[in-house]
Amino acid sequence: MLTFAIFFPLVGALLIAALPKDQERSAKVIAAVTTAIVLAAVAYMFIDYDRGASGYQFIDSTTWLDSGISDFNLNYTVGLDGLSLPLVLLTAFLGLVSILISWRIELRPKEYFVWLLVLETSLLGVFSSLDLVLFFLFWELELIPMYFLISIWGSGNRIYSAWKYVLYTFFGSAFMIVGILTLGFTAGTFDIRELAEVGSFDDAIIPAWSIFTLLSIAFLVKMPIVPFHTWLPDAHTDAPTAVSVMLAGVLLKMGGYGILRMSLSIMPEQAADANVIFAVIAAVSIIYGAMMTLVQTDLKRLIAYSSVSHMGYVLLGVSSIGLVGLTGAATQMVTHGLITGMLFALVGMVYDRAHTREIGDLSGLATRMPFITAMMLVAGLASLGLPALAGFTAEITVFLGTFERHEAFTIIGVLGVAFAAGYILWMIQRVFWGPPDPKWAELTDATAWWERGPIIALTIAIVAIGVYPAWIMDLLRDGVAPIAERLA
Amino acid sequence: MLDPIKEGAVWAIMFLPLASFAIITLVSFLGLTRSGAWSPRYSGYLTILAILGSFLLSLWALDSVADTDGARIGFDSHEWLTVGDLQVNIGITLDGLAAVMLVVVTGVSLLVQIYSQEYMREDEGYNRYFAFMSLFTASMLGLVLASSVLQLFVFWELVGLCSYLLIGFWFQKDSARRAALKAFMVTRIGDLGFMIALLIIFTQTGSLDIDEIYEAAIAGAIGSTALTLFALGLFAGAAGKSAQFPLHTWLPDAMEGPTPVSALIHAATMVAAGVYLVARFYPVFAVSEDALLTIAIIGSITTIGAALLGIVATDIKRVMAYSTISQLGYMMMGLGVGGMVAAIFHLFTHAFFKALLFLGAGSVNHATGTFDMRLMGGLRKYMPITYGTMIVASVALVGIFPFSGFWSKDEILADAWADRPWVFVVGMAGVYLTALYVGRMIIMTFWGEYRGGVQAEDEEHAGDAHAGAHHRAPHESPALMTLPLLVLAVLAFGAGFLNVPGFHWLGDIIEGWLPHETEELLTHTDFKLWIAATSVAIGLAGLGTAWAIYQAKMLDPARIRSFLQPLPQLLDNRYYLDYLYETVFVKELVLGSARWGLALWDEYVIDGAVNGLASATGWSAEQLKLAQTGQVQLYGGVMFLGTIAAVIGILVVNP
Repeated sequence: MLTFAIFFPLVGALLIAALPKDQERSAKVIAAVTTAIVLAAVAYMFIDYDRGASGYQFIDSTTWLDSGISDFNLNYTVGLDGLSLPLVLLTAFLGLVSILISWRIELRPKEYFVWLLVLETSLLGVFSSLDLVLFFLFWELELIPMYFLISIWGSGNRIYSAWKYVLYTFFGSAFMIVGILTLGFTAGTFDIRELAEVGSFDDAIIPAWSIFTLLSIAFLVKMPIVPFHTWLPDAHTDAPTAVSVMLAGVLLKMGGYGILRMSLSIMPEQAADANVIFAVIAAVSIIYGAMMTLVQTDLKRLIAYSSVSHMGYVLLGVSSIGLVGLTGAATQMVTHGLITGMLFALVGMVYDRAHTREIGDLSGLATRMPFITAMMLVAGLASLGLPALAGFTAEITVFLGTFERHEAFTIIGVLGVAFAAGYILWMIQRVFWGPPDPKWAELTDATAWWERGPIIALTIAIVAIGVYPAWIMDLLRDGVAPIAERLA
Repeated sequence: MLDPIKEGAVWAIMFLPLASFAIITLVSFLGLTRSGAWSPRYSGYLTILAILGSFLLSLWALDSVADTDGARIGFDSHEWLTVGDLQVNIGITLDGLAAVMLVVVTGVSLLVQIYSQEYMREDEGYNRYFAFMSLFTASMLGLVLASSVLQLFVFWELVGLCSYLLIGFWFQKDSARRAALKAFMVTRIGDLGFMIALLIIFTQTGSLDIDEIYEAAIAGAIGSTALTLFALGLFAGAAGKSAQFPLHTWLPDAMEGPTPVSALIHAATMVAAGVYLVARFYPVFAVSEDALLTIAIIGSITTIGAALLGIVATDIKRVMAYSTISQLGYMMMGLGVGGMVAAIFHLFTHAFFKALLFLGAGSVNHATGTFDMRLMGGLRKYMPITYGTMIVASVALVGIFPFSGFWSKDEILADAWADRPWVFVVGMAGVYLTALYVGRMIIMTFWGEYRGGVQAEDEEHAGDAHAGAHHRAPHESPALMTLPLLVLAVLAFGAGFLNVPGFHWLGDIIEGWLPHETEELLTHTDFKLWIAATSVAIGLAGLGTAWAIYQAKMLDPARIRSFLQPLPQLLDNRYYLDYLYETVFVKELVLGSARWGLALWDEYVIDGAVNGLASATGWSAEQLKLAQTGQVQLYGGVMFLGTIAAVIGILVVNP
């Protein structure tokens, strides 16, 4: 079932690739059906998941490369636990959303949808892999579709941004592969479940803390953290809308997921030692990211920078190295994915109509587009941490979990919440409120089903987590509980 | 009398208006308002009906609580979220304090909604208005009923959101969008204190249940520093919502919303929330002398500072906004001197006369099209009901015997005298200033000759949406508007009799829930005739001064101004606080340093590093040329294979 879900997008991609040139329009239909089937499969697993049981479920395992040198085999092993299942669900959900909001793509639609589907497979693979080498392969595979999606369908300085994105990730990957190999050869396995049982890597060829650092750098760059964040605003701003949604919604979570699944699970001792460093980095990212956000004048750049700040809360929760903080961090990944995905989708709709993202050029759009405005307000309020919406649930859990260990850094994090209110409401005030500009009198609201549908679905998810978070947080809690135990 | 109220009925108090919000939102969303299937009128009726239901249930709740002498009626709480040590429950706190608040909130809200039916009749945002008003009321009720501090915080923030939405209701107006943003930001600064308080108390007690926090505070289980910090954090939140110095600056600008919204904000919701919060946690505050002293000081500064501003304001709604801030200062004073009962009693009476004053101001605006008192005058001839009811409210505000404000203000002053005499002196000075601005407001608005209203005014500066649609001569407002005024006038006169010397019915209910240990820490004083007589005399003196200056013109205001310089200049610039916050703090400090950081780091240092990649970019451009031949699949495949080759290569070479 899980393997089917991971690779089914590739089937859809092959079908689209096989389409004759004159039927390019059906590409989007195939893509939508494909991602809908994937979402249905993942939703089925979400419901079918046995919440009482511990460990991984839906495991598929086989050996795909027998090295013959030693007892080393490269294994294909995938499975889900409470931590990865919500992220897989998020990926499948945003996967469908990103196809729908691309409905009007005109430029080379065949290839566009092929790459989006390849991207989905690679992301599902990253969150499902239980083997380090497999994890790394999926991790790298994601770069290819991203490179093409940004550099061909992007805007502005798109080639530069695409390369910047690829190079930053490669930079991290170079460290990660060394870390992965050292871990694997020290423990004699690449299986994540077995590695987590090892506990100590003191007899590795390099000091254990350096393995930990090598692994973590790749994840921190991906998250991203200050000062390795500058690829993010560029990539976001120049990427097409759907790619921004996937980038903010899912790709950044690869970093947070890696930290939890690899760094903390496999090397708990080193992670516990690093908690102060994590807290410092988190606090810097939160405040620095928020301050950078305040001075942005481009809608997409503004939301991109806000992601730097919000992903800082993930790291802050991690730095608590306790169950509550880790649960908050994991929840923040899911909620940030939904909220920022929604913000990017809406900004894309504004950009499609106004052909500008300059905040200074826009004014009084509320009278022209009441639906987009109302939804932007919901997403914005969720982003600034308004209670009863998803963001608050995650952030308050992070704060409650982290305060005891890092009082000062948590208070800095709380200050970030005030900044968030500032940049979100300032943006809404400038763009949507205010006197209607005659220049924008021709703009139309979002009325098509493929625009409204995804936005309404995202809103429902955000409200559902905000009002009664237990349905997803119980799962995430049980997912991070073994990690918290190892850290204790 | 009645059976004790059931849990479901208490929840319904909050859920009725919430349902009204949900229905109106859904209906608008489905486009039924545009197709005509749902007349906007229905939104108004639905809101009124829902809040009427809440009001009746609140009366039932008050009746039940009266039977227990204000003690808490216990309901089980419900599990909401459990993560390890963090257990968040949601449930109901129904005790004397909560029940009194419920009645005030639903009662005032009900009258405001009825009034709004007429006032907002022509507005195209009619549906939106009632949806937000329903949510506003529901949030405030949720805040009052919360049994865990996190649950309280959730509704606390929702109240803030609704005030943001309603202050910015006419979002096309530049001033409205600014005022809305300001209200949200300033109160959120205070809320940071609330959030930190929440973290402190959870770390200290491991619980978020309000009951358990009381127990821990009384048992001394919380370190005294942590306890004081917790209390001060809560008070920071309260100071934001209840517009205490120096976080009061949002409230005068909040006038940008429709006038009934102001009435609701100033009387029953939003600003009442801060006072309620301090009262709700009084068992904690009572054991922290430092926190109480802080509250007394801030309350005193606010009382005087805002009353002075009220004297120079020319916009009738602004006068009342400063009046509200000043009166909230009194309530905080009361809380700071151990007079929790007096403070809530004052909140209770103030709700009626302040709602009445605002609705009266709205009625005046309905007639003249302006809020500028310099363009009014002589309205008592044209608007007898509005005039009469406003007089009742004004006399209650000044605190003249036997109007409601007299009883509650007198109790605060008596408590102050017993606990901190310096607060008493400040309070007496406040009475004089209050009388002065109230007298000035009445004289400028209703006495003398009519000065032309909106016709005399530049169209651009017109007040509410009503500008333009106005007749030559001002006229009394229709019955839907005057009826609430009359009801409120009765309450503004008589609400004080529920708690007079010898008959402490309301006061006993308000304090009946307090743990025994806390009750002993309260200031309990007897009625002192000399205090009552002095405050009435000072009030009359203030009114007399206003009459002498503005009616009899015995003193020239201009000369007083020049005599008092630089105070008037300071007041005209509202103590330069707006300048300090907006220009110095936000623009220069925060945005300035952010731009500097952006220039220095994100663009300079990183760009420098990226320059090294320039060649790579050039190379990539060549790549893209090839890619654009349409054979992306091929290149993708090549890259994919390359990656795998690289990985296997590393695998073989590295060990």
